[in-house]
Amino acid sequence: MTFLTANKVKHYFGGLCAVSDFNLDLRSGELMGVIGPNGAGKTTIFNLITGVYQASEGSIQFKGTELVGKTPHQITALRIGRTFQNIRLFRDLSVLDNVRIAHYAQADYSPLEALLQIGRYRREEQRIIENSRRLLAIFHLEALAGETAKNLPYGLQRRLEIARALAIGPELLLLDEPAAGMNPNEIDLLMEFILWIRKEFNLTILLIEHQMKLVMGICERIKVLDFGETIADGTPEQIQNHPKVLEAYLGEGPVG
Amino acid sequence: MNGALVESREWLVAQRWLLPVLILIGFGLAFAIPEYGWFNKYVQLVMMYVGINVILAVSLNLVNGYMGEFSLAHAGFMAVGAYTSALLTMKVLPVLDYPALFPIAILAGGAMAALFGLIVAVPSFKTRGDYLALITLAFLMIVKSLIENIDYIGGPRGIPGIRKLTTLPWVFFWVVVTIWVIRNFVYSKYGRGVLSVREDEIASDLMSVNTRRVKFLAFAVSSFFAGIAGGLFAHLLQFISPRVFDIIKTTDILIMVYLGGIASIGGSILGATVYTVLLELLRPSTVAAMLSWLPDVVFEPLNEHFIQHLGIWRMVIMPLALVLVMIFWPRGMMGLREFRWFIPKRDLEAHHRGAEHEGRHDVPHGQ
Ligand SMILES: Nc1ncnc2c1ncn2[C@@H]1O[C@H](COP(=O)(O)OP(=O)(O)O)[C@@H](O)[C@H]1O
Ligand SMILES: [Mg+2]
Repeated sequence: MTFLTANKVKHYFGGLCAVSDFNLDLRSGELMGVIGPNGAGKTTIFNLITGVYQASEGSIQFKGTELVGKTPHQITALRIGRTFQNIRLFRDLSVLDNVRIAHYAQADYSPLEALLQIGRYRREEQRIIENSRRLLAIFHLEALAGETAKNLPYGLQRRLEIARALAIGPELLLLDEPAAGMNPNEIDLLMEFILWIRKEFNLTILLIEHQMKLVMGICERIKVLDFGETIADGTPEQIQNHPKVLEAYLGEGPVG
Repeated sequence: MNGALVESREWLVAQRWLLPVLILIGFGLAFAIPEYGWFNKYVQLVMMYVGINVILAVSLNLVNGYMGEFSLAHAGFMAVGAYTSALLTMKVLPVLDYPALFPIAILAGGAMAALFGLIVAVPSFKTRGDYLALITLAFLMIVKSLIENIDYIGGPRGIPGIRKLTTLPWVFFWVVVTIWVIRNFVYSKYGRGVLSVREDEIASDLMSVNTRRVKFLAFAVSSFFAGIAGGLFAHLLQFISPRVFDIIKTTDILIMVYLGGIASIGGSILGATVYTVLLELLRPSTVAAMLSWLPDVVFEPLNEHFIQHLGIWRMVIMPLALVLVMIFWPRGMMGLREFRWFIPKRDLEAHHRGAEHEGRHDVPHGQ
């Protein structure tokens, strides 16, 4: 079944072609990596998928639905969750509220029911709290529910961002450089963690990463971008020995 | 602090049934005070001003505090509510025969103001910060000059002879309604959406929040209650004119909001109360009386040039006060904090309940 497909997607920032002829065919349940040097257009691809930018050309489809032209919240409500390269939590809000906010599309009540506290309002609010606390518990953040997000240490903020992305109930999860700022030991744990959430939440994952170790270690397929162009696409073994990749990205020797 | 004091305070805060009881007592007082003349007419008037200003501050806080925009339009929405309800009670509704029609006139004023609020919400989809502030200022000026140019509603002369229908119980009633509704809004998915827009609009959208809808709602609810306050104000003052709803009026409300603290209903109640009482104390006669102990050489010139012209000096002092508060006391009295009685119980519990789901031990976690 086609899950997420991109067909000849192009994006320009003024005269700069940030992404050109990007194609993607992500299968359900897959874990795919996107690598490439800084400025290659990786984050732009996430922003195109999630509707932050409108593709200048081409089409992106999620389970048969065209995403180009939709707003970010409409796309998110289709169950596409994401994190950000630079953490973008709601910094002044509580840990719990960060996760609760991501239930917006799932909470099924009208403004009038909210203003007058009638109808489905109470039941839905209770359900959101239960689900948020369940997620926080899974991520060992439950005791910090009342803490202001910006007061968490960096590592926990990264984890909260993933918990928040899972709160929208995603089938597809986009992770933008989840290992940024981590040491090799933490990266090992993160790899284990990503595999674990994929199984536990039944996810298809597309991840951007700089850390070769992580990408080579857990991704089933890898795409390599350079200056907006896809220069290689294949299994970790194929990528590792791909001449263009070695030249453009990995420098001289193969990296393991 | 004294341990026993802290404990008894916490005990008090935990007694949530006290809030409805206090509201009932408040209602009783609102009826009894004018009935038995427990305070003189002037004090009663100030009480009603406090109530109206609480409505104004709490509602403006929704846009300026919770949503983090800087709207200057509040006095404009107030004007819309004031004119709508005054015209209804004077020309349409037979309020003298049926006093129960008064709340309908007030509601209509709120609804009309909310419609205008929806219009102002539209530019907020694309614009933020300074530019949006300018647009709201333009709205305020447009409302004012529209009123000035419609002869049917009195033009620049305004409308005199509005019936005095605003009473202490009515003011108290609308204060309770405002606080209750805005509290419900704030602690719903829409209110959390508004907060997340203030924090990071793009991230908010990417967490499935319909940011346009949330902005629409925030402006509509905020301007609705500004309109309610305008209606109460008109039927208390018995005279309205475009001059009453100028930028100085907006500045007053802004000071109440930032003094009390952003994103806090309790803060706005405190801010409005303190500020209103302070303004009353700073009338020329009271200030002159307070400073009369000064030696004549100091007092006489001070009195002649400053105290007797406080009304004009206000135009300088108040905007300055606003700027000073925003720079040096950005959190105000209770910024981003709330009276615990206003926070729904399930919210309090969800934030503070101990970790009853032990946490999953099979989850790999590093940090
Ligand atoms: N909002 C923007 N406006 C203009 N140029 C941008 C914008 N976002 C990214 N770019 C440019 O597009 C290119 C790709 O950026 P990005 O997708 O962030 O790269 P990566 O994530 O691979 O490091 C870069 O040259 C970057 O400078
Ligand atoms: Mg990037």
